[in-house]
Amino acid sequence: MVNRTKSKRVAGELMDKDTMLDLYHEMVLVRRLEEAFETLYQEGKIGGFLHLYIGQEAVGSGVIGARQPQDRVITAYRDHGIAISCGIDPKSIVAELFGKEAGTSKGRGGSMHLGNTDLNFWGGHAIVGAHMPLATGMAMADKYRGSDAVTICLFGDGATNGGYFHEALNLSMVWDLPILWVCENNQYGMGTAVERASAVTEIRQKAEGYGMPNERVDGMDILKVYEATSKNLDLVRKNGPFFLELMTYRFRGHSIGDPERYREKEEIDMWRKDDPIGIFRKHLLSTNGLTDAVLDNIEAKAQSEIEEAIKFAEASADPSLDSLFDYVYVD
Amino acid sequence: MAVITMREAISQAIWEEMERDEDVFIMGEEVGIWGGTYAVTRGFYDHFGGERVRDTPIAEGVIIGAANGAAMAGLRPIAELMTINFAFLAMDQIVNHSAKLRLMFGGQFKIPIVIRAVGGGGRQLGATHSQTPDAVFAHFPGLKVVSPGTPSDAKGLLKTAIRQDDPVMFIENATLYQVRGEVPDEEHLVPIGVSKVQREGHDATIVTYSKMLQKSFVAAERLSSEGIEVEIVDLRTLRPLDMGPVVQSFKKTNRAVIVEEGWKSYGVGAEIAARLYEEAFDYADAPIKRLAQKEVPLPYNHDLEQHAIPQVEDIIMAVKEVL
Repeated sequence: MVNRTKSKRVAGELMDKDTMLDLYHEMVLVRRLEEAFETLYQEGKIGGFLHLYIGQEAVGSGVIGARQPQDRVITAYRDHGIAISCGIDPKSIVAELFGKEAGTSKGRGGSMHLGNTDLNFWGGHAIVGAHMPLATGMAMADKYRGSDAVTICLFGDGATNGGYFHEALNLSMVWDLPILWVCENNQYGMGTAVERASAVTEIRQKAEGYGMPNERVDGMDILKVYEATSKNLDLVRKNGPFFLELMTYRFRGHSIGDPERYREKEEIDMWRKDDPIGIFRKHLLSTNGLTDAVLDNIEAKAQSEIEEAIKFAEASADPSLDSLFDYVYVD
Repeated sequence: MAVITMREAISQAIWEEMERDEDVFIMGEEVGIWGGTYAVTRGFYDHFGGERVRDTPIAEGVIIGAANGAAMAGLRPIAELMTINFAFLAMDQIVNHSAKLRLMFGGQFKIPIVIRAVGGGGRQLGATHSQTPDAVFAHFPGLKVVSPGTPSDAKGLLKTAIRQDDPVMFIENATLYQVRGEVPDEEHLVPIGVSKVQREGHDATIVTYSKMLQKSFVAAERLSSEGIEVEIVDLRTLRPLDMGPVVQSFKKTNRAVIVEEGWKSYGVGAEIAARLYEEAFDYADAPIKRLAQKEVPLPYNHDLEQHAIPQVEDIIMAVKEVL
């Protein structure tokens, strides 16, 4: 497993080689996990909806790779990759999707509600935009207590057309809260293209209306994502909210069962040429003196971790029926 | 024991809990510099400062949402909704988040939030500012719903709500703020989820809460002058519902009238009546009577509005019908 909390990184600093290899491993781990979920879902082993992160790995790994341990992360329902980047063991992720007691949320949340507060990952949230006010409140609490933590809130382009987005961005500026707003612009809200749903297609422009500094960055290249995040996390710690728009693309449908009538195969193929793992691999081979053998070895390791995770989850227990009422009330 | 108003009781509860625990803070529209739309937090801003008495934009979704987030992070927010009618703008946060986040994440964190909301009709505010939708909130497991009818209960229940760890909808009635009553001078906590016999009697049971408790007191005195002694059970908490004193009283009087300000269909009366039939069917000597608001959005006109809301005379008549 990647140890996400091992090094304090200086803002703007380029990644060292070990960090790069960790993050390469992490991105491959996410890819293999999602491919496995696709199969397991078709085999009927996973209930509910399934939203895959394939194609967007550089966003999660780049953004969260740059955070400090005290920084909170909260995201929407496409959360498997974010969970891995936050350091959650794939075993407990697979177990959650299987509905097992050993899952991150004890089998109560499922695919869209992964979380681990010890690792400062505050969830996967399934109502579009609704976690943005939650992020506002968490950042308010950190400021209230004098902590230097930043809350990193990831959301899709689709969320930026709803009321929560505007209420939360506005309040974050009014209260001057330490939040890094990260828009994962994968260019579709379900099947509706950005230009069909948003009055401005450059989402970062919406931050302008709130006087919030902002930037649009290539979300397929982890080095660019990492650098932009490091730099801007530092700004947030000093100055308050920042809005980072990351241009990305999901290679699979919105969820399993999406007939994908809304986009052409040529468009998908074009984006696939920018596979974030491919881009990173090319970089590692060309500038860091790494060999195919080293990277293939990392990929094989990731593959076996996922296989182990599936075995673990299959063997682990369902919650007992007696526990039905657990966690409804504390008192 | 001091005699104080409901407004003073609620104000004291918040003040004392904010003095006791720095994690407690209040946020909402006009809670700060204005001093609260209903003057409940007058003086708080100057004493506690803007960090702990936080004025918000008029944006209910982020008011409750941010309070939920602050609660997840370990603070104990009191989020004030100027009126309960505005809760509908925050319904997703209350229903999908306050009530559910803890379970959905396998108990990893708590949501110790108190949502104060002012409800009730009778003030000629029109249909969107006059509702009593308490039963709507009581429908959802994960929420606790509290609605006091006396200053003493208001203070004790609110202090308990702030100290305990679950999300609470604390529903106040705007026409009760001037009601006076005795409140203990010493530390005063009232448990959530405990109904209370507020008046003893043997001829019939009135089950009620909040504003209708006060109207039922008046009705009970007039009935008493005619030789009819009603017992009044005050629910105080709608969820979790304590049927103990209700069933006990019904077994004694064998007759019940349920009085609520909200609409009858799918309401509090429907729930209580069904439970009485389930738990004490053999004790009924008359069909259980439900008294509630007539099924209409409340009109502005004074007489029309009052006609739609249960009045003391209606309660008296309903009691006589079950005798």
